[in-house]
Amino acid sequence: MKQPEIEIRATSGWQLIDLGALWQYRDLLYFLSLRGIKVKYAQSILGVGWAVANPLIQALLFTVVFGNLAQLSSDGSPYILFSFTAMVVWAYFSNILTDATSSLVANRDMIGKVYFPRLILPMAAVLGKLVDFGVAFVVLVGLLLYYGVAPTGELYMLPVLVIILVLTSLGAGAFLSALAVQYRDVQYAMTFLVRLLMYTAPVVYSVSIIPEAWRGVYALNPMVGVIEGMRAIFLGTRAFPWAWVWTGAAVSVVLFLFGCFYFRRVERHFADVA
Amino acid sequence: MIEVENLGKRYRLGTRSTEDTLVGTLKAALTYPLRNYRELRRRKQFAQQEAGSDILWALRDINFRVAEGEVLGIIGHNGAGKSSLLKILSRITEPTTGRVLLRGRVSSLLEVGTGFHNDLTGRDNVYMNGTILGMTRREVTEKFDEIVAFSGVASHIDTPVKFYSSGMKVRLAFAVAAHLDPEILIIDEVLAVGDLAFQQKCLAKMDSVSQSGRTVLFVSHNMGAIEGLCQRCLLLEHGRLIFNGAVPEAITRYRDATLSRVEAVGLADRTDRYGDGAIRFQRLRFNGGGAVVTGEPLTIELDYVAGRALPSWQLTLRFCRTYRESIIMIDSKSQGMNLTAQAGRNTLHIQLPSCPLMPNRYLIELWANVSSATADGMFDAASVTVQEGDPYGTGTMVYAPQNGVVVAPLASWTPQPASRVPAQTPPGG
Repeated sequence: MKQPEIEIRATSGWQLIDLGALWQYRDLLYFLSLRGIKVKYAQSILGVGWAVANPLIQALLFTVVFGNLAQLSSDGSPYILFSFTAMVVWAYFSNILTDATSSLVANRDMIGKVYFPRLILPMAAVLGKLVDFGVAFVVLVGLLLYYGVAPTGELYMLPVLVIILVLTSLGAGAFLSALAVQYRDVQYAMTFLVRLLMYTAPVVYSVSIIPEAWRGVYALNPMVGVIEGMRAIFLGTRAFPWAWVWTGAAVSVVLFLFGCFYFRRVERHFADVA
Repeated sequence: MIEVENLGKRYRLGTRSTEDTLVGTLKAALTYPLRNYRELRRRKQFAQQEAGSDILWALRDINFRVAEGEVLGIIGHNGAGKSSLLKILSRITEPTTGRVLLRGRVSSLLEVGTGFHNDLTGRDNVYMNGTILGMTRREVTEKFDEIVAFSGVASHIDTPVKFYSSGMKVRLAFAVAAHLDPEILIIDEVLAVGDLAFQQKCLAKMDSVSQSGRTVLFVSHNMGAIEGLCQRCLLLEHGRLIFNGAVPEAITRYRDATLSRVEAVGLADRTDRYGDGAIRFQRLRFNGGGAVVTGEPLTIELDYVAGRALPSWQLTLRFCRTYRESIIMIDSKSQGMNLTAQAGRNTLHIQLPSCPLMPNRYLIELWANVSSATADGMFDAASVTVQEGDPYGTGTMVYAPQNGVVVAPLASWTPQPASRVPAQTPPGG
């Protein structure tokens, strides 16, 4: 039997993602994601119900404040559907940002005691949250049925939108978690940054209020393509926004690669500075 | 097989200057984020010149090889670089210089129960911990029953571990670790957990691991365990490998190094101490600086400084053969003594009617506790040489080392009349 050989030495500079090591530790990724889900809902009455309650309550709140009081345009669909569609996406993304960012710091004891590909920690946060996303999505489908809204033709683009969402979350999560190991400020800033970021995406308002000339720049935020794409598919608010979605896809890939490379670059110091 | 070449690890210590004027403090407060940023950034960078005083070589020029199937011990004082070496070998941190070549599947146990979560059941935690240690899900499933049987918590395996006693938790965690099946095993002091019976079980398991032809690297302060398990031993001192060879010689050198190290720095100036500083030991003297003789009265004089007046504190003093291997303990609490201290300098005399230690050199462990918090403490506060004496006052001196470390109390010797002993008759004959 051939024995595996490992060489340990100082590495430097930018490196590719170590896919081999990630594959070897795939079971750890599975159990860490599972642990995230189980621990989160342990000893709570609603359990996974919170994955529904959270975005739903926020969407209701937005409906009252922005839909009824401020009379913001919802491109012709019921405001509750308009905002809940966005909230399903946004709740996932914002939870990832806060969870993945703290994933390394929260598990620093583990980092200091055992070797495993560190990227697994933010990845587990991203994967674990997919369950919440799925549950909230089912509720969205229920709401659509209740309002009798049928999806339009581009339903096949839904997986692409989800992939953009996951890639963006992974890239941002990997980058921010690595940064938070060295500068804890990132973690503290995340709470209000997430709230701030929400207004850079069409969550409570429609893209229609953005001046035509600026929409190209606006679409650099991958969440614009994802949210407007979802609305186009399920609510038929507009023709499917191909340009925004592809812009978002390109940005998400760049963000993902950058996040992973940056992570890899600073990974070797985690145990020393965490 | 393990090959280590020119291994070095450098750390930058975070140091902070303090301002002593109001303006300076104010200025420091304003520029604080900027300085912090530079300081945090620097922690992973090193200037080309090594003149900086805050650079510490935790390891330097380490070279050794471990053959397949060999059990190697690693000993050294706190801060000698043992942990850094293990962390590099377990791929937790990277070395600054040099390289390591590992052939075979490596498992490292620097802690038992890594990744355990209180809200998860024992079963979940076994899977979690197992996969963290590098097992696959299938391997854990295959060994699951064995692991649970070994841990002895089978009836609670589906209960969240927060309801476990700490002993149960440790047993379950060790059970997972004990069922790893690596070719190279790296272990750090995991035996220092659990009750005595469980420690015996762990030692037996370790013994069988080392007999099974696996390569084992074992770090410990427990010289007995090192002696019992290892075939060869490395001694680290200040980040350098100072001895690599036979276990008994390594242990002797380690003991000598411990004793000579203590004398180099006065108690008041020592920086390698524990505790919050409510009490600081200043000086420890035996018999006013005179000879300490086996069987003769012994006066221990302790000077210490208290930060404030203390209505009650406890002193524990241990005589140790080597680092953390205590032989006798003198403890104010168990002896029913309530110690008080005034703010400032205090002196305490402790008198023993007779020194119960055999001639030899001993290491002194000193601890001060205020309520339950450690105020000051050192594992190697001082050393004392006990000289040959005549403990029973018979004109016959007792000698070390073959006679042990503690003087037996004077026995009463009563020869029995020959008729009362049934000579040569087997019992129950």
